[in-house]
Amino acid sequence: MIALRDVTKTFGARVAVDHVSLALEPGTTRILLGSSGSGKSTILRLVLGLLAPDTGEVLVDDVVVSRGTRRDALRRMGYVVQEGALYPHMTAAENATLAARAEGWARARMAARLAGLAELVGLERSLLDHYPAELSGGQRQRTGLIRALMLDPPVLLLDEPLGALDPISRAELQTELLRVFHELRKSVLLVTHDVREAFVFGTTITLLNEGRVVQEGTFADLARRPADPYVAQFLRAQAPPAAMTAAL
Amino acid sequence: MASWHHRLGAMLAVAAATLAGTADGGATPVRVGSKSFTESYLIAEIVARIAEQVGEAPVERRFGLGGTGMVYGAVASGEIDLYPEYTGTISRAILHDSSVTTVPALRARIRPRGLIISDPLGFANTYALAVRRDTAARLGLRRISDLDRHPGLTAAFDPGFVDRDDGWPGLQHHYGLRLAAVRGMEHALTYPALISGRVDVIDVFSTDGQLARTDLVVLSDDQRFFPDYAAVLLARESLAARLPRTWAALQQRLGGRIDNATMARLNAEVELDRRTFAQAAAAFLGERGAADAGPARRRLGRDLATLTVEHLVLVAASLAVAIAVGLPLGLLAARHRFLGQLELMGIGVLQTVPALALLAFMIPLFGIGRVPALVALCLYALLPIVRNTYAGVSSLDRQLLDMAAVLGLNGRQRLAWIELPLAAMTIMAGIKTAAVLTVGTATLAAFIGGGGYGTLIVTGLALNDVPTILAGAIPAALMALAIHVAFEALDRLVVPRPLRGSPGRAR
Repeated sequence: MIALRDVTKTFGARVAVDHVSLALEPGTTRILLGSSGSGKSTILRLVLGLLAPDTGEVLVDDVVVSRGTRRDALRRMGYVVQEGALYPHMTAAENATLAARAEGWARARMAARLAGLAELVGLERSLLDHYPAELSGGQRQRTGLIRALMLDPPVLLLDEPLGALDPISRAELQTELLRVFHELRKSVLLVTHDVREAFVFGTTITLLNEGRVVQEGTFADLARRPADPYVAQFLRAQAPPAAMTAAL
Repeated sequence: MASWHHRLGAMLAVAAATLAGTADGGATPVRVGSKSFTESYLIAEIVARIAEQVGEAPVERRFGLGGTGMVYGAVASGEIDLYPEYTGTISRAILHDSSVTTVPALRARIRPRGLIISDPLGFANTYALAVRRDTAARLGLRRISDLDRHPGLTAAFDPGFVDRDDGWPGLQHHYGLRLAAVRGMEHALTYPALISGRVDVIDVFSTDGQLARTDLVVLSDDQRFFPDYAAVLLARESLAARLPRTWAALQQRLGGRIDNATMARLNAEVELDRRTFAQAAAAFLGERGAADAGPARRRLGRDLATLTVEHLVLVAASLAVAIAVGLPLGLLAARHRFLGQLELMGIGVLQTVPALALLAFMIPLFGIGRVPALVALCLYALLPIVRNTYAGVSSLDRQLLDMAAVLGLNGRQRLAWIELPLAAMTIMAGIKTAAVLTVGTATLAAFIGGGGYGTLIVTGLALNDVPTILAGAIPAALMALAIHVAFEALDRLVVPRPLRGSPGRAR
């Protein structure tokens, strides 16, 4: 579905992505886990064709992403980012339907699709006429998710989708996302720095550090058989104290 | 620059002469120009009236065309047929050769440019020194050289006269003069200073209106220091060929007919008695009903409504073109960093050209009237529009632009749906700045016959008549205010509601 083959990307002297290879199989979820600067967001931008790799290849459905093929590749991907990146001058509905409008969809088709998606992600219909500034963080993320799903792409790329939310909205949206991924059988590439999120979402986790893949596997693999002292260190740093878990 | 200007002017003049020669219709008007000071307006009005009396062709008055550069440019390029000029100006400012002084010599030199010079009208508007009559009588002063016997005298001179080589420094050297004190003073104030006895000597122009009304003695330039600024008509050769009777009448009725005293009296009638140019000119020509030749000031001022429309048209048309050109230029600058920097520098440099100089450059290219004024105004309005469009579009959030690409928006959609709306606040601010600036700059259009409120300001400046200046300046200020308010309202239409008043909130 999506594959990186020995991809390297540098910004000046900094190597953001260092000989990374990975694959996303249809209908699966893969987590890119790492602290900031580990190169995980850059990988998403490479997949979207927003950046071109220095060396190596990015493939979407076995086609190398380039200037010429980017448009086709993008139609198969929805993109959700932290804080939504909604356009402040458009209502939630206008934001959500942008891709459909660019495709020239009929008004009725768009309205029907919008209503269905709003229900799916749990966004009240009346909120669709609001501007982003009038929505809560969770409502904005739901709008961003509708926007990404508008053309029903098989792949979803999510960059810290819960990063800017308060703990309660975060827990709610996390549940919704899991349900949506499962119901729609999307292939999901999700970027996070949060070990708990990785645990909840991920079938496969790719742990990145300084642009390199440190270890790949399930959460259990990483926890039990760390490939590297860094893996154990990274996982433990975010683990809640045992006393706290016990108290809860 | 001057030679380029002249060569281009001469080329256009030849082209225009050829055109005029082929399209020599009887109805082609005599276009009379003038500079923007009283005496020039007056002589031009007299010329226009004589031409009207001859009746060979209709007369078009294109008065108040600024200084020598503008009005000479206009006659050289064939935009006007003739205007009053001075021999000293022709040799120094037009031919750039002060050794040519006599009329026959000037004629020989200017002929290759397709221009001719009339016989001198009689008066000369030159620098002179004046003293009160009682001072002159007491000290026996008749000539400038008499001053060297009285080194205790004090003088007030126009600042220009104090500095210029052909002013006080040269004069002092030429005559070997010494004065006890020489101070610079605005020309309009030197007369009161002399009359009240605060100073003994002032510089005057030999046809100043005040000379006709005050009892002063003008000292003769006995050692011939001051260059001769004899008044003549500078005309296109084609005029004499096309309208021989008109040219002959002008030569005959004006040649040697206006002496210094007469000219000073005419100037005084306009500047001190507040008669119109038309009234003074008609009276000079002995026309009947001279007194009611048009209501005071109105002939030139026309009425405020007309000027308002002219001014609005200037502002609206130049602004519309500036927006149509400036928006794409601003977008281009935002897309191509290197090209953009070049472009912004170019437009920035344009802004440093003084408005009057820019207007002068327009004459050989576009002639005089509304078109060159519009072009110049457009060029001035361009900078704020281009710069703000550039700033607005190039400062947009990277993530929002990436998202547009991810969502599959094409270039046009991205521009219309995302970039322009998000940058609308900033772009509108640039357009507002341009609009208000243009209202002000448009007052200068009058210097090249572009009309508008500037017509009153130029006339008022020429007459040193503050109410007339204000009659143009106040409506211009009000129009600037009105336009500001109108654009604030337009913001509500153009700028998306959530972006209004908080340009930084784009997320």
